[in-house]
Amino acid sequence: MNDKPKQQYDIAAIMNENINVMRDVVPWANETRFRVTKVEKGHVFGIQPWEAHLVGDPETGVIHGGVITTFLDNLCGMACTSAMTEMRFVATIDLRIDYMRPAEKGREIIGEAECYHLTRTVCFTRAWAYHETRDKLIATAAGTFAINKARLGGSKK
Amino acid sequence: MNPQLTNPRADEIDAILKRLPFAQTLGMRCEVLGDEMTAILPFQEKLIGNVAIRALHGGAIASFLELTAMLQVFLVSDMPRPPKPINLTIDYLRQGHAKDLYARAYVLKMGRRMASVRAEAWQENRAEPVTALMAHFLVASD
Repeated sequence: MNDKPKQQYDIAAIMNENINVMRDVVPWANETRFRVTKVEKGHVFGIQPWEAHLVGDPETGVIHGGVITTFLDNLCGMACTSAMTEMRFVATIDLRIDYMRPAEKGREIIGEAECYHLTRTVCFTRAWAYHETRDKLIATAAGTFAINKARLGGSKK
Repeated sequence: MNPQLTNPRADEIDAILKRLPFAQTLGMRCEVLGDEMTAILPFQEKLIGNVAIRALHGGAIASFLELTAMLQVFLVSDMPRPPKPINLTIDYLRQGHAKDLYARAYVLKMGRRMASVRAEAWQENRAEPVTALMAHFLVASD
């Protein structure tokens, strides 16, 4: 790959082209079965389907909060990468999740994450999980991510 | 073992884990000694988040810690069922390697309506936690 330091990439477009690959290479994401549906610069959308093996409350059939955490953590991380001008890994520093109401049994959850600020070392993100609209939230997330120095593909600086 | 020392809630912890599909998906189990519980997440390939560096997925670790915190609240309370989470904050301190993960949770405050819980996960060295969690649970029955 010809990597010139000043070269600017449309990371969001590259991510959109590889929308399924991004999940397929992550074993735990395959286990929780979420899909990424759309990538814009600094903004990522996804769907978390209801699955029997993800249920966290056998009485209500509601999926476990940890699934939503996994889902929003991933979308936030992708939102960070999509906001950049060169492909870099990010690592979660911390993530806060607030649970507003339980998700409904059998319904898929829509997730949306945005990276609203970016420094040389850190990305700031927030995310939402809901069934229909952001007016009726299941959960929100706020996360900070560290930007790794190494570029994807391992080429040196 | 002296039966008077064992916690009767310990058997319930085991039963909850067995009927929770998501706990089975993670593959976690718990060992209870009195009011002290250690949760164990045996390593499995599906828990990987980054294939290149063979690191555990942060979401899998967070799920494990949330369940550990929830079960610890249940263990030290007289609630009929495990509490519901209100919110949680996860600090990713170190990379989780492709190895077994352990966790313990501490109920910092058991209130009438809410419980504050801290949980930590570690691998070979307990003094070097991989991930820390702070969570609030709703413990009121109404």
